[in-house]
Amino acid sequence: MSNIIEIKNVTYNYTEDDIEYTAVDDVSLNIEKGSFTVILGHNGSGKSTLAKMMNGLNKPTSGEILVDGMSTANEETELLIKRKVGMVFQNPDNQLVASIVEEDVAFGPENLGLEPKVIRERVDEALKSVGMYEFKDSTPHHLSGGQKQRIAIAGMIAMKLECLILDEPTAMLDPKGRAEIVNTVLRLNKENGMTVVLITHYMEEAENADRVLVMNDGKFIADGTPKEIFKNVALLKSVGLDVPQTTELLYELNNNGIKVPTDVLSIEETAKVIGAFLEEK
Amino acid sequence: MLKDITFGQYFDSKSVIHKADPRVKIVLLIFIIVFIFLAKNFWGLGLSALFILITMLVSKIPLKMYFKNLKAILPILIFTSVINVFYGEGEPLFTIFGKLDVTVGGLERAGFMALRIMLLIIASSTLTYATTPNDLTDAIESLLSPLRFIGLKTAVHTLAMMMTIALRFIPTLVEEAEKIMNAQKARGADLESGNLKEKIKALIPILIPLLFSAVRRAAELADAMECRCYNSGEGKTRMKQLKLHFRDFSITLITLIFGTGVILFNIFM
Repeated sequence: MSNIIEIKNVTYNYTEDDIEYTAVDDVSLNIEKGSFTVILGHNGSGKSTLAKMMNGLNKPTSGEILVDGMSTANEETELLIKRKVGMVFQNPDNQLVASIVEEDVAFGPENLGLEPKVIRERVDEALKSVGMYEFKDSTPHHLSGGQKQRIAIAGMIAMKLECLILDEPTAMLDPKGRAEIVNTVLRLNKENGMTVVLITHYMEEAENADRVLVMNDGKFIADGTPKEIFKNVALLKSVGLDVPQTTELLYELNNNGIKVPTDVLSIEETAKVIGAFLEEK
Repeated sequence: MLKDITFGQYFDSKSVIHKADPRVKIVLLIFIIVFIFLAKNFWGLGLSALFILITMLVSKIPLKMYFKNLKAILPILIFTSVINVFYGEGEPLFTIFGKLDVTVGGLERAGFMALRIMLLIIASSTLTYATTPNDLTDAIESLLSPLRFIGLKTAVHTLAMMMTIALRFIPTLVEEAEKIMNAQKARGADLESGNLKEKIKALIPILIPLLFSAVRRAAELADAMECRCYNSGEGKTRMKQLKLHFRDFSITLITLIFGTGVILFNIFM
């Protein structure tokens, strides 16, 4: 399969109070078309900086990022790149432009200069695909965080992107809103075939990913399938990530001499392996 | 207290005035203001008053909404009338303070002025009650669009974009201000007592965090807009197109008839 994003030896430095910091340190990564990649890391691990470089909002200090073969450093292809790779941010309030839901979703397609009729179709379609169609005439101000974030996603879908990067989209939401977003993103990936890069510090959200990367101090320290990554509880804890309760339970059981498999993720599966262990006894 | 701040005061009573094209409404309001000012006698002003009364009834907006706006300008209304009472000509009815003559002409003049101001306020209230702020913004952008021929294309678009963003962020910032106020109160800040100077001083710890967060929001919004291919309105299209309907022509025609009536009264009465 071909790659939509190719990150080649990218470093990003920034200066604050005359001291130079390295947010992203010589990172390389390929994002495959149609894949669902999760980048995990605690605050300050450089994951947001990396995300903002993927569609050219930030330019790398050294190294190169190619989106569909186009370098993000090239100003001429800047708009073309943004038409392919979209981004949803942490705070839903700070990314909605218009005070009516459907007008906000229309903002992107309007900027692309599409026909009013085409925009209308895309807006309706996008709102339906995130389950917000019945709210199309509301004001975002009266909606919940999860709903606002789904509108932000709809605004991206309406632009018919190939790849969506979500930079901690659930950090400011309650558990219900978080589930709404995770399900929406998963559906977009599985049903519409959109490439998704989800950046988060909630490990539970990585459960359904094709590939999970763990970032710490501007570098990837682990790369694999969710099962492979979650097994490595000691490593995850050492970089300040909260391990899901089920994983932690199995890990602690193993530490105390109860040998149960540690490569399961969901609550149901965990209950099953513990049950099987008890029956054996 | 902050909840009372509303930008725009749309009241959705679904009348024909609500449905009319916002551009038509703005242009007609300007025309109405002009003919109210042109009316020289009670005949003309009476005809204007009749027209305004009809629009009030057609708009289906409750009368108390109009009274609310009139109450706000009551001091101006009283001040203007009182001043005008003393400027009439003719035989004084009575004299106060030994110098100021109150005449029949003066009383008439005061009534005329008061009525004129009230009509102006009601006419503009009808526009703001019956048009959403978004429609107003669209209409202003559309009406100003001829300016692009003199090289002001981006200026018009920027103005409209600014209005859209302001409308979008007013409730967000009001909510934020409330949160900050509560946070400062919880830390023992006293926002209510003291004289004016102390009250203004007490606002500083609220305004600074609010400003700080507004700037941060602006930076994030700029990123988000860039991600959505915003390019200063270059080659931008619109999903919602403003279109003129039959009702817009009828409303315009009726307004023009009343306007002509006022001018005829000026000439012949």
